[in-house]
Amino acid sequence: MKISFPHMGYSYLALKWLVENTGHECIVPPEPSSRTLDLGVRHAPEFACIPFKILMGTYLEVAEKGAEVILTSGGMGPCRAGLYWVMHQYILDELNTGVKVVAFEPPLCDLKDFIKKLRWVRKTGGLSVKEFVQAIRITWEKIKAIDEVEMLSHEIRPYETNRGETTRRLWQALEMLDAANNEAEIKDAMQEGLKLLQEVSQDHSRNPLKIGIIGEIYVVLEPAANHYIQIMLGEMGVQTDRSIYLTSYTRKNTIVNLEGDIFEVAKPYLGEAPIGGHGANSIGETILYARHGFDGVVQLAPFACIPEIVAKSIIPTVTKDYGIPVLTLFIDEQTGKAGVQTRLEAFVDLLEKRREVKAKRGIERLVI
Amino acid sequence: MSKIGIPRTLAYFIYFPFWKTFFEELNQEVIVSSPTTRDILDDGVREAVNDACIPIKLYHGHVAELASKVDYIFCPRLVSVRKHGDFGTETFCPKFLGLPDMVRLAMDNLPEIIDVRVDLKQGKDELLNVCYQVGDLLGKPEVEIKGAYQRALLIQKRFKKLLSQNMMPEEAIDILFANGERKSLLSRPDLQIAVIGYPYAIYDDYINGRILSLLEKENVKVYTQDMLSDKMMNRQARNLPKSMFWYFSNRAVYGALHFMQQKNIDGIIHITAFACGPDSIVDRLLEIESRRHGQIPYLSIAVDEHTGDAGVRTRVEAFLDMLRFRRDKS
Ligand code: SF4
Ligand code: SF4
Repeated sequence: MKISFPHMGYSYLALKWLVENTGHECIVPPEPSSRTLDLGVRHAPEFACIPFKILMGTYLEVAEKGAEVILTSGGMGPCRAGLYWVMHQYILDELNTGVKVVAFEPPLCDLKDFIKKLRWVRKTGGLSVKEFVQAIRITWEKIKAIDEVEMLSHEIRPYETNRGETTRRLWQALEMLDAANNEAEIKDAMQEGLKLLQEVSQDHSRNPLKIGIIGEIYVVLEPAANHYIQIMLGEMGVQTDRSIYLTSYTRKNTIVNLEGDIFEVAKPYLGEAPIGGHGANSIGETILYARHGFDGVVQLAPFACIPEIVAKSIIPTVTKDYGIPVLTLFIDEQTGKAGVQTRLEAFVDLLEKRREVKAKRGIERLVI
Repeated sequence: MSKIGIPRTLAYFIYFPFWKTFFEELNQEVIVSSPTTRDILDDGVREAVNDACIPIKLYHGHVAELASKVDYIFCPRLVSVRKHGDFGTETFCPKFLGLPDMVRLAMDNLPEIIDVRVDLKQGKDELLNVCYQVGDLLGKPEVEIKGAYQRALLIQKRFKKLLSQNMMPEEAIDILFANGERKSLLSRPDLQIAVIGYPYAIYDDYINGRILSLLEKENVKVYTQDMLSDKMMNRQARNLPKSMFWYFSNRAVYGALHFMQQKNIDGIIHITAFACGPDSIVDRLLEIESRRHGQIPYLSIAVDEHTGDAGVRTRVEAFLDMLRFRRDKS
């Protein structure tokens, strides 16, 4: 079968490998472009959120390229994301594309259905159970390795002395990972990639601002949707930490996972969780970043994203209590790169001033 | 005796008889905000986060109207009212889930907010537990609370019965509590139309450009999803790849699908809230389904703070003309 899937950051490299190594042909989803968005906007409901529109465009693009099946995730609500596939299928049918969307509902909700769909993918590809499990394991290793190099790149970028070097090396590292075909190769490629990044020429006398990136999963994970915000900030000399990685849940070393139940952290401000999407997380994460001495937080939210709106209405109180500034960027089809850049620059300015003021106060205190 | 304020919007149209009875049985005075006015709307727009949808802003406006007049605002956190949906996790739009927090953080000088968590999918006696919590807050003994609860259930049942006799909620409320009389039915309606949407959009006359009165004047018989029994509606779940996650949205979708299958229905009007998240799905889904159901005429009207009577009137009149033309032709 010709299989495709949503484009979300660099994970497509691993998913491509999975499709190709389970006996199928992969129609690699292109990175979302203005054409993707145009297509999506034309065919999606006007008030669908931006992730829905970008995915709609992506699906139409892969349909043009001959995709027969799109694998994606379902969900149990309470937000719209779990119903995306239903609507996408309705619209793909209306347009007579002949594409079938197969959504994996969370196994905790419907294990039978989950297994049934997995078996279908396996059988149509002609793999044995053992081979299939192995392929999934390797894919997971790949995703972890991809996250690993990306994380390091965001740590290093603010120190780079040659603008753009970190990003160039990140591409190199990803290419190496793309070519790796088994666990050993992935490990080697990752080590080499990490080394490449560490060898970026750096100026460690800098003391970069630290900004946490929070918000709705798709716009946080897909750089093409958020105008490469982490790279942009990095090149402004800011270190960023992102609250969501596909492999976050298995990690022990990330800030957001350090402190146990994020909903508990958010509880004093939001009596109910989850409220869908990452709404409750956004509140909890703001608090965690504040506690970890971050200078500020950027909240990325699709325009009219309900959970993030709820979060946004509560965040000012968190800002007051914890003294951490939060910039909310609502992203829609009209959001341009220049606009994002200007707002980020202003925000970074503000954070720098705050730091100076704080430092001065510190010195005064010392003098007294 | 305390004064309990109930905003006349959102879930008001489905649960008011229950809670009014419950509070009054406990010797409290229930004060309802007035039907929506320009002032209420303006207050809401001013108080709420500006990215909120109109119904949520409106809710803030109704709370503002009540704030100085009451001791408590009844603003329960509606999490679920039944176990339903593909995974049994049906809930409410996320804005309902965060409603008490939003109101509290957005507005100053509020009286105490009764924000009990209503999560009825937990079990059969859950509503009684909710009542115990509310009653306890008012310092009432358990026996009294239980009595009030039983009485409230009874009245709510009557309310539902009236709705199932094709009555609108306000009319039924009038009959239950103010000795109102049943409006006479249209003797020979010209057209029969199903008006679908969230109760707070279709029954709030101000916000939707008085569409129901307009239809009545045009001699149209109106049905809404709230006139159907749960059983009739839930049957429709089978016709969908997946149910919606939200109670009110499921009701709208099931109701619309039901009416699309009825021979006597000439057309469907979906009243949707401008920029409503769930409705971005519901509306397109219904549009496509109405095409699949033999091209049944479908009109979608989005309400926002600028919905004027005039704009709505023009669109509805054009729709009715089209329906009449269609009918006369066949
Ligand atoms: S979380 Fe936001 S972006 Fe995602 S489905 Fe919900 S409203 Fe849309
Ligand atoms: S369902 Fe729509 S109209 Fe209702 S509260 Fe949610 S976003 Fe607003």
